[in-house]
This record gives sequence, C-alpha cells and structure tokens, in this order.
Amino acid sequence: MTATTTNIVEPTRRQPRGVGFALSEKQVWALLFTAPYIAIFLAFVVFPVGYAFWLARDPHLYIELSEDPIFLRTVVNTLVFLIVAINVKMVMALFLSGFFTHKRWWVKVLAVLFVLPWAVPSIPTILSVRFMLNPEWGVINTLIFSLTGDDGPNWLNDPTLALSLSMMVHIWKSLPFWTLILLAGRLAIPGELYEAASVDGAGAWHRFRFITWPSISTLYVTCTFLSMIFTVGDFNSVYLLTGGGPADLTHVLATLGIRYLRLDQVGLAMASIVCALPLILPLVFVMMKRLSK
Amino acid sequence: MRGVSTEAALLLVGVPVLLWTLIPIYHMFLFAMSPKDAAFSGQLWPSHPTFRNFEIVFGQKHYFLYNFWRQMFNSLVISCATAVLTLMIASAAAFAISRLRMKGGRWVMNLALFTYFIPAAFLAVPMYKTMGMYGLLNNDWALILAMVTVASPYAIWILRQASDKLPVELDEAALIDGASPFQLFRLIYIPLMVPSLIAVGTYALLLAWNEYLYAFLLLSRETSLTLPVALGNFLSADDSPWELLMTAGFIYALPPAAIYYAFRKYMSSGLTAGAVKG
Repeated sequence: MTATTTNIVEPTRRQPRGVGFALSEKQVWALLFTAPYIAIFLAFVVFPVGYAFWLARDPHLYIELSEDPIFLRTVVNTLVFLIVAINVKMVMALFLSGFFTHKRWWVKVLAVLFVLPWAVPSIPTILSVRFMLNPEWGVINTLIFSLTGDDGPNWLNDPTLALSLSMMVHIWKSLPFWTLILLAGRLAIPGELYEAASVDGAGAWHRFRFITWPSISTLYVTCTFLSMIFTVGDFNSVYLLTGGGPADLTHVLATLGIRYLRLDQVGLAMASIVCALPLILPLVFVMMKRLSK
Repeated sequence: MRGVSTEAALLLVGVPVLLWTLIPIYHMFLFAMSPKDAAFSGQLWPSHPTFRNFEIVFGQKHYFLYNFWRQMFNSLVISCATAVLTLMIASAAAFAISRLRMKGGRWVMNLALFTYFIPAAFLAVPMYKTMGMYGLLNNDWALILAMVTVASPYAIWILRQASDKLPVELDEAALIDGASPFQLFRLIYIPLMVPSLIAVGTYALLLAWNEYLYAFLLLSRETSLTLPVALGNFLSADDSPWELLMTAGFIYALPPAAIYYAFRKYMSSGLTAGAVKG
C-alpha cells in the first residue's frame, strides 16, 4: 500500500529538467525566498571581496609587504598561534570532555559554570586579564611581590610572553565550546561498549585507546580544522590584550590588516589578507567537503 | 579505596578548572565592588565592598560614561535587529532550499557555507571600505547588515538541517489542499521550526551584542557607539578609571550570560549540529 502511494506521488514531485527557461511556479517562489540572502551575499560578500582583490592587484604591494619586517613576524606569529594554541586547546578539550562525562552533582554544576568564558563577551574579560597582568599594580605582580619580595615580570612587554598570554586568553575563551562539542561526541558512544570492556578488564587507557578515540577521532580532526579557520581571524585575543605590541611584535594576520588600515595603507591591508589565503583556502576546502553533505 | 582515589583524581582536575574559569570573571567583579583606591591592593575581597561604582555607571557620572544608557540602547537595538533580520532571511532561504527543492539550492548552500569559513576579521577591512562606498558608515544599518552577513550562513546551515527532518507528506498535503508556497511557509513551516528558530535567533543576538571589531570599524560617533566600543575607548587614556570600566563591562556581560542560560536547552541542540563562530 505504502509502495503504491509513493509511486503515484513520485512523478509529480520531480520537476521536469531542462525545459527551456520556463520555471515552475514552485521554482519562482524558491527564487523569491532566497532573493534576500542572495542580495546580502552579493552586496556584502561578493562585492567587498572583489573590491579587496582589485585593491590588492598591484604586485608592488607584495614586494613592499615582504620587505616589512612586521609582516614576516606576523606570519610567524600566526603560524605559531595556529599550531600551538589550537593543538593545546584541543588536547585540553579532549581531556576535559572525558572529565565532564563523570556523573557527580558537582561536576554538573562545574559544567554549567565552565561555559561562562564562552557565553560572556570578550572585551570585559580580556581587559580584566590585561589588568591582572599590569606590571605595577596588577594583582599577579602584587601577589608575586608580597610572596617573594621581588618584582614580577613585565608580562606584556616581552613579545614571547605577550604572544603566549594571547594564546592563553584565546584558549580560555574558546575551550568551553570545543569541550562541549567533544563531550557530545563522547556521549553518543554506546555505553555497552564500555561495559563489555570493563568485563574484559580493560583499564582507562585501553578504554580510551580502543573505544573512545576510534569513535570521536573524525570529530576531533574536524574540530581542529574548524578551530584553525576561526582562529586565523581571532582579532580580539591579540588586539585587546597586547594591541599588537610591544613594538608591533605580537601581531597576527587578523590584527595586521586593521593596523595597515589605521595607517591608511588600504592596499597593504588587502594584500596582507590575500597572502593569508594559501593558509586558509586548503582548510576551507577540506571543511566544505566534510560538511556540505 | 579505589573509589576514594577516583574522587581525589576528579577533584584534582575540577578545582583547577573552576579557578581557571572564574578568576578573570571574579577579578572583574572584585574591581566593580571595590572603592577606587582599594581596587589595586591585591586582596581577595575588598575590606569595604561598595556599590558606588554601579551608582556612577548607572548615573552616567563620569565623562567616559556620559552616554552609557544610550550606548546600551544602541547595542540592544542592533542585536535585536540583527536577530530578526537573520531569522527572516535565513528561514526563507532554508525553506526554499530544503522544502521547495530549489534548483541550484546546493549552490546557494555551498556559497553560504563558504562565507561561514571566511574569517570575520579578514572580511572586516573590505566590508569597511564597501560600507563607505554605500554611504552607510556611522549608520546603525552598517553594523546590522554586516552582522546579518556574518550570522546568516550558519543560520541557513542549521535551519536547513532541521527542516530536512520534517516529513515531506506535510508539504504535499498542504499543496494538494491548494496552499501557496507562502502559506505553506507561514502556516506550517515556521510553527514547526520554532525550536531551531530560537537557537538561531539567540545565536545572532549574542553574536551582534558581543561584536567588537566590526562595531569599532563601522561606528565612530560618540552617541552611535555600541557598548563594547565605548569600553574599548577607555584604553586610549592613561588615567582611565579601571574600576568603572570593569563595572560597566560586568553589566554589559550580564545579559548575554542570562540569555545563554535561559536558552541553553535550545542552543545545545544547535551546537552539536555544527559549530558557532567565535
């Protein structure tokens, strides 16, 4: 009975293909419904991106860019940021997602609080960290002084330290989100697998190695790529903490474009973004393949 | 014995996680509750806690804060407008792609997904120049449209996934009864999609409320600023009243936290379906 119904309905649902330019009424409606998004897309994505490429068309810009020591430093910083911060963050998220699977009342309460860094806006919390790190009156150096009698380091005045602290702020802000995603992945694993493993006497490491990891490794890799794409554009963690300083040594590609814009060098700003494309386009294509199903 | 060591191991993780999560937020709160000269003393709790800073912020009694309520209102208007527009644009597009089986719908979806992957900071500079050409700089609409552009790809993606799960028979029954696609959209599709629409609306609202970079590029007149940009401006002066900045920042951080917890149930289903930018 069901089969016959489907057979009757099927031909009417499928629209005849390639019949001139005549669109069915349904397709006209579909165009109308997508028109607002297409308009937004043309006006605020296609046109700006096209315009950016046009402004960045002069080859001299790239010579000028490659001669700017700040640009080279920025590329290195961005790579370090992507490779170190993202991997540290994802390993922490993998570990903590395991922690949050434990069923205790206080773990549940902690899970609710743990989301706060992600739920609140960046600017007040990052500025709060910035004040904590102030060398003269920040709470960290005050504590160091009262405990040891020595002055603490000038945290944000050392490029390596400042970049590391930017990465730490980035991890603080986005760790909850990736932990939640990986936690959802872990919770989808059938519990019987773990029960069977326990009966066989498997320890915690073996349960992780042979059950958890094979089940969530794809998710883990997807999350790592996604996080990398989003982090190339993490403007706040660097700009609000260090402002790119000291001496413009902690810029990443996301903040460098804004720096050139402020110096009224729009061409260089656009060119620096174009230089980032080889970095992100491969990642974007991998993600498109994985997600556009 | 084994149970005790498991508890100890869990606490050994839990306590550092709690401290790591709360210290920057607590530090902000501590500043807000401290009198001006006591904020820097490094105490864990001020010896004379006070609400004076809140009074100054709410009463706009400092020149950095003359437009506090105005800027709060701007943030509110811009985030609500972004949420409403994103919902309208994204639900219509998802409906066309998923329910009307639009020709080339896959293309639209892939373009949206591609936009989702353009880092927001990279689009910011071209967007700034383009808004200048459109004559929209310093107009609320510049920020609203920019935020809609950033928010709608993810919104379309999530809504399309949710609407693919609705049964086809519904549409067919309605069409046989003579409903136009618009009636189908308004009377059947939208009511069924309410949970996903709440998730997407909350996402767009929080995205716009929390946005700093686009807001500071696109709006610069003192009375048209949103709150985060006004807070960022504290940094430009050496003698900035940090305790007031932290107080205003604390007030600014409360609504998104409240909204997130209120809609957590809806958000988590959307969260696991994909990833939110930011």
